[in-house]
Amino acid sequence: MNPNQDPTTDQGLTVKHICKQFGDVIALDDVTLNVASGEFFTLLGPSGCGKTTLLRIIAGLELADSGQVFSGGKDITRLPAIKRQVNTVFQSYALFPHLTIYENIAFGLRSRKFPDAEIKKRVNRRLEMLDLSPMAQRHPHQLSGGQKQRVALARALVNEPDVLLLDEPMSALDARLRAQVQEDLRRLQRKLGRTFILVTHDQSEALVCSDRLAVMRQGRVVQCGSPEEVYDNPTDSFVAKFLGAANLIPCTKAPGGVQTAFGFLALDKQPSWQEGTVAIRPEWIGIGDKEPERNGIRARVTEIIYRGTNFDLWLEPGPLRVRTSSYRRIDPGREVWLELASKELVILEDEAR
Amino acid sequence: MKRADSILTWYGELTTRQQLLKRGSLLLTPGMLWLMLFLVLPSLVLVVVSVVTRGAYGQLEWTFTLENYKRLAGFTLFGWTPDYLMILWRSVVVAFFTTLVSVILSYPLCFFIAGRPERSRYMWLTLVIIPFWTNMVIRAYAWFLILSPELPFARLAAILGFIPDGAPLYPNAFAVYLGMVSMFLPFVTLPLYASVERLDWALVEAAQDLYASRVRTFTQAILPQTMPGLSVGIILTFVPAMGMFVVPDLLGGAKYMLVGNLIQQQFGASRDWPFGAAISMGLMVLTMIGLQIYRRKGKEIEVI
Repeated sequence: MNPNQDPTTDQGLTVKHICKQFGDVIALDDVTLNVASGEFFTLLGPSGCGKTTLLRIIAGLELADSGQVFSGGKDITRLPAIKRQVNTVFQSYALFPHLTIYENIAFGLRSRKFPDAEIKKRVNRRLEMLDLSPMAQRHPHQLSGGQKQRVALARALVNEPDVLLLDEPMSALDARLRAQVQEDLRRLQRKLGRTFILVTHDQSEALVCSDRLAVMRQGRVVQCGSPEEVYDNPTDSFVAKFLGAANLIPCTKAPGGVQTAFGFLALDKQPSWQEGTVAIRPEWIGIGDKEPERNGIRARVTEIIYRGTNFDLWLEPGPLRVRTSSYRRIDPGREVWLELASKELVILEDEAR
Repeated sequence: MKRADSILTWYGELTTRQQLLKRGSLLLTPGMLWLMLFLVLPSLVLVVVSVVTRGAYGQLEWTFTLENYKRLAGFTLFGWTPDYLMILWRSVVVAFFTTLVSVILSYPLCFFIAGRPERSRYMWLTLVIIPFWTNMVIRAYAWFLILSPELPFARLAAILGFIPDGAPLYPNAFAVYLGMVSMFLPFVTLPLYASVERLDWALVEAAQDLYASRVRTFTQAILPQTMPGLSVGIILTFVPAMGMFVVPDLLGGAKYMLVGNLIQQQFGASRDWPFGAAISMGLMVLTMIGLQIYRRKGKEIEVI
């Protein structure tokens, strides 16, 4: 068998050992990922982490310094963009301003000299699917941000790509619309069964949309897995902080657990380090008036922040952030018991000191 | 109810309608006066002069005639000749090709400059502008030197049999085009560069992503974006190229006369102001027609 071919990824998209440098800046540092066919995969990371560069390398708009890209088992590393069965939804949408919505969507088919009847059939199907039919004859500048985004989506999808790449497609939308579009995008991907690769710095977007996601930082993939896996078991403090909120507690190893500034905490697993950090999500901390059996901390509420669906409490010692339901208002100054249950405490492997 | 002196806000300023009108007309007056004095009035004088008769000594005789226009159209005492119309037509052709060649040369030049690091871009732009600062006549004479029989260009042309041995590469149509393009290149390059520099490359990448060929990428992603600069460049080149007389005079010789030379001749050596005025009117009409055609075509391109 061809050593470059991995039977598990024959149908999907694989990048292997991709490196890319811009001048002195290392954009990608030995990135290897598998995206299964039909999967909604998200590259999540702060700006400058290399996620967009990786997307552009997959699209063929950028050439990797080293490493390979496979699609459907074929090496496409050196194929130019116009020969790849990959289409992109650009961050700015990049709609052609002088063309109508219809012609924008038809662009890829016209490039490939499809017959008019076929173009009409396909474009109309996408127009209908994305609720754009009434806008077919308008120009991009007459559309709202959400509509433009749907046109960009239709323009890419009409080519029936093996892989659809989305480069922060929702960054130009307001928060309300974004939440809606995220769900729509998820449903659309399920319906089409196509491989989507989304680039975003918005953690909630990544959680809502993805089957699997890869958290990137400084050109490397830090953690890769399903949203639940990564959210529940972040491997390091960066992932813990980037994906949701987390309390990071410095501690030293002690028999059966760790010793922290506010006492002993029992753990289910032994950390590999002597001194390090454990993390706990604000919503996983129990709060009550009675002392819990294990891992209880007596704490005083210093600040309360109303967030609609919940309250965020800041407590001393710590400071610790605790999330409670919105019907449990606890005024600052009150003393409470916190429970940092051992099954909720995550040992961060990178934080050995 | 609306009153003329009711207070309104004007970009954050509290004022009245009347005051705004007063201020507006005050600001407009100098420009309007300038245009009246140096554009509208002389044009009207030209119209009048073009329909009067030339006296025996070149003086203007105030009798109305359309003789000058008939002469321009080629009707002489000895029958019809297309001489003057040929000169007009040749001017249109020369202006057209000068513009076309300038545009074709400008595109790669602009992309080259836009691709330089920011600091050297201004050096390159300055190099484009420098000839601009030199007097037109001096530049035309510079071509004499470059095209002289001693230099390789003329030698090569002689070896290839285009010109007799030992002859310079002027005066001829080639020298005129050379001079015209070098004269007008900055007029296209500078406005086009302004558009190229601001080009949204995401559109080019989108075209590539959507399987567009090179030609299609240019016509669909680059041309529409650079249209504003290109339009300015085309108009700035075509209009003055139509009336250019220094370059064809020096590099084209008597055989390659353009309408600019013809007009100059009428107002100068021939002392035939009425005919000169009539030719000027003809040139103006042709220019207007050219601009109209361009506007129509331009709109079509934008719509495609």
